[in-house]
Amino acid sequence: MKLIFEMGAPGRGCDLLPDCQAPDVSGKATRRAARPRLPEVSETELSRHYTELAKQVHGVNDGFYPLGSCTMKYNPKIDEQAAALPGFSQIHPLQDAADAQGCLEVIHKTENALCAITGMDACTLQPAAGAHGEFTGLLLIKAYHVSRGDEKRRKIIVPDSAHGTNPASGAMAGFDVINIVSDENGCVDLAALRAAVGEDTAGLMLTNPNTVGLFDPNIAEITRIVHEAGGLCYYDGANLNAIMGIARPGDMGFDVMHLNLHKTFSTPHGGGGPGSGPVACKHFLADFLPGMRVVESGDGYEAMRAKQSIGDMHGFYGNFLVVVRALCYIMSLGREGIPEAATGAVLNANYMMHELKPYYHMAYDRTCMHEFVMTLEHEKHERNVSALDIAKALLDHGIHPPTMYFPLIVHEALMIEPTETESRETIDEAVRIFIEVLKQSEKTPEQMHAYPQQTPVRRLDEVTAARKPVVRYD
Amino acid sequence: MGSYLPSTKEERLDMLHAIGMNSFDELYADIPEKLRCREPLALPEGLSELELSRKIEEIAAKNVRFAHIFRGAGAYHHYIPAIVKQVTSKEEFVTAYTPYQAEISQGILQSIFEYQTMICELTGMDASNASVYDGATAAAEATAMCRDRKRKTVVVSGSVDPKVISVIKTYCFGSGAPLVILPEKDGRTDMDAWAALDLSDAACLLIQSPNYYGLIEDGAAIADAVHAAGAKLIMSCNPVALGLLKTPAECGADIAVGEGQPLGLPLGFGGPYLGYMAMTKDMMRKLPGRIVGQTVDADGKRGYVLTLQAREQHIRREKASSNICSNEALCAMTAAVYLAAMGGAGLEKAAKSSMNNAHYLLSALESVGFVRKYEGEFFHEFVTICPCDANELAKKLAKKGYLSGLPTGEREMLWCATEMNSVGEIDGLIAAIKEVLA
Amino acid sequence: MNFPEELRYAKSHEWVKIEEGNAIIGLTDYAQSELGDLVFVNLPEVGDELTAGEAFGDVESVKAVSDVYSPVSGTVAEINEELLDHPERINEAPYEAWFVKVENVTAEEELFDAAAYEAHCAAESED
Repeated sequence: MKLIFEMGAPGRGCDLLPDCQAPDVSGKATRRAARPRLPEVSETELSRHYTELAKQVHGVNDGFYPLGSCTMKYNPKIDEQAAALPGFSQIHPLQDAADAQGCLEVIHKTENALCAITGMDACTLQPAAGAHGEFTGLLLIKAYHVSRGDEKRRKIIVPDSAHGTNPASGAMAGFDVINIVSDENGCVDLAALRAAVGEDTAGLMLTNPNTVGLFDPNIAEITRIVHEAGGLCYYDGANLNAIMGIARPGDMGFDVMHLNLHKTFSTPHGGGGPGSGPVACKHFLADFLPGMRVVESGDGYEAMRAKQSIGDMHGFYGNFLVVVRALCYIMSLGREGIPEAATGAVLNANYMMHELKPYYHMAYDRTCMHEFVMTLEHEKHERNVSALDIAKALLDHGIHPPTMYFPLIVHEALMIEPTETESRETIDEAVRIFIEVLKQSEKTPEQMHAYPQQTPVRRLDEVTAARKPVVRYD
Repeated sequence: MGSYLPSTKEERLDMLHAIGMNSFDELYADIPEKLRCREPLALPEGLSELELSRKIEEIAAKNVRFAHIFRGAGAYHHYIPAIVKQVTSKEEFVTAYTPYQAEISQGILQSIFEYQTMICELTGMDASNASVYDGATAAAEATAMCRDRKRKTVVVSGSVDPKVISVIKTYCFGSGAPLVILPEKDGRTDMDAWAALDLSDAACLLIQSPNYYGLIEDGAAIADAVHAAGAKLIMSCNPVALGLLKTPAECGADIAVGEGQPLGLPLGFGGPYLGYMAMTKDMMRKLPGRIVGQTVDADGKRGYVLTLQAREQHIRREKASSNICSNEALCAMTAAVYLAAMGGAGLEKAAKSSMNNAHYLLSALESVGFVRKYEGEFFHEFVTICPCDANELAKKLAKKGYLSGLPTGEREMLWCATEMNSVGEIDGLIAAIKEVLA
Repeated sequence: MNFPEELRYAKSHEWVKIEEGNAIIGLTDYAQSELGDLVFVNLPEVGDELTAGEAFGDVESVKAVSDVYSPVSGTVAEINEELLDHPERINEAPYEAWFVKVENVTAEEELFDAAAYEAHCAAESED
């Protein structure tokens, strides 16, 4: 299809602004040589262009989206409506606190709710995404050690099953990243952990339930080992959806964590963002939190800096309008609805795993949390059908494929997370399609490399895209 | 209680039985008993949609919505064409994830490719990424791009927005990068102070133009000095100003960054906003975050993919150029729709109107006793010395429905005007000020 | 699969040609075939000191990145700039697409001859 730059004609456009009544002084400006070559299109063309683009996108609203570790649940409409209220969307972030009491109340209520859900004591909403939250949390750990004069603690321990953001955040926070192997269940290998900790341990980063979809039963022992070595424990909240209201990271011995509001709390992913990655921590880290802290004062709220704040992670208060959506979600579900959602997610995952198990090989054959991992290693070996081939074949059936090739510790991995907002019929239908695709791969394995065929484009040449990058239209 | 579970309790029990379990508790057998929540969460009961809707509107109503906004300082009040909100509310865009499965994500990928092209056009640069969190983090990421084994020190002009400097400081606390803040002189970057530094370790200089005080920096002269020292120049620019003013590329900058909020994003109490990053071709592989590239499919048809992924955290892990994963994709699309609706002429008109209105505002303020603090060319912001206490003035004007300039000192105020502030509105502000001063 | 007799090989799949204290280093045919289509190469700078057994650069495919290790210690005298624009040369002709030339070679890793390296690759393929 055409690019917006290939549409329209010189001089076309929308009549949007009135003529300026103030004297023209723009002649005095140090001007650019020529106008930027932006599209010159009518509103009709513009509107149709994006409608056409929208037809070439699969969102949660278009169908099943079991993308593991991304928690692609339904995004409630009332949350969108709330975020669009002019009383939020038209508020300047540098308004006096007295004139922004509603915004401060949203922040305060959300922080309190997140603390209740996680078992933590304090929270910042400044981080704009999960990885941003990880970086923030690690800076709190760093600030804590520095404040105690304990500057030899330079190592962050990360399991080999972790999301790539964990080691990358560790490096950004100036730590040496120590990768440790997982045990045969995909959980932390206690012996490897004991061998890795020491006087130079700053902390451990852990996802629990982990990236293979299992709750690590040794969690209390894991956090004890790290604490005894003088390190702190960081909880990656990517998989919190499985256990919210059931168990709390703060009770497992974690000191600091992030949450992904765009996963667990149903705010939309927007094609890659904006998300929101609040960081919650225990009391002893609260003084290091970044940004403005919202505190109750009289019958209202005010904003102030924490005493030993690490500074700022964002220009203002983070992705505030995303926070509004998450607060609505929490208020809507309330104390009973939150654990019910978690249980629903775990039930759907176990049901789907149970239905697929006679056909696909499960990487870990036991009760899972909100997601599970299958391996196509056998199919790859036997008939050269890869996880990628299965995923691409699913595209022709209107299903968004599972996460592929993650976690790295499982070969030919497909990671499935149905979420709680899918009905049994949707899951049954998806199971039928998964089985059909697998059977097809037995009959005509060589044809599997040619899928998809029904999508707006077919498999794309990624090698040429990377060797000779074309990243703008000329 | 609200719930988004499509199945009834009975249906869920049937599913539970189908997998051979009798109670929902069995699903959580791996969680040690002592770690389970024994009491309900300390949260209120859930609400029906109507209750929720009333409650949240009640909270929103506690904010003061100003009819007249003369404050910028990093967040700008511009006109947002109706089509922008319509397009970016389409559920396909809103509810999709990162376009990892390119075959069913061409709409998102093409929209980002178009966004990248528009950012390149605005800045004059060769390449752009698909966005980072906001203008402040874009600046911080850009400084990290410039550092290598040989040059480690980050230098930032004191005339950059202090909120941006604060974020860079925090990022540098992480990386351990030495950070020097050049003092400003008469509201601008002090290049004598630059020359006085030990520049052998300087990786980059970050300037902002128009800077925090609204003044235009001499980008070209600064670029020459920075390059002579073997460092890179990062220029942070308001994208609406780029509809009119000399581009970072024309100045000779290596990287252009900035806050994309003025491009169709609401004030929204500070977020979500949009960090844009663009640079010369030779620095493209150091870019953090996602980049969309053009290619062809198996039938030779044009299409788009996420490209140069080996830079990123999911592949390079601790050696990645950044940890960024989620970005601000929908905000980038918002900016692209805004720019397409405005066109080059429309953007120039918004820029000129902002500049003209700000200059009119300055003369009007001068007529009632305000004095401009810094001399020189400015765009749509400027600092005045007020004839009274700045905080008091701001409070009194707020009571009259005016969000004044931002108090930046006991008697100092940083003002802003855009195309939203008509001559009539500015005259109204002056009348209100007269009442306050009387 | 090609294993030229005149070269020597590192366990980590680099080939090296050492003559009179100078060395030329590249990636083997087996390595390029395992890595698939290469899309980018990160090379050191002239004058950099390399240490035997340590990474001096990396190669990127679309979905992976792999370190390239130096079989010798020495100083980088020259880099193959052509690879920066044409990484596909490594896939097309791995024994012509050298990465770096090293001078003042002071130490080298334990290296295989062609036959031993071929056996090493065969063993790795079994896993």
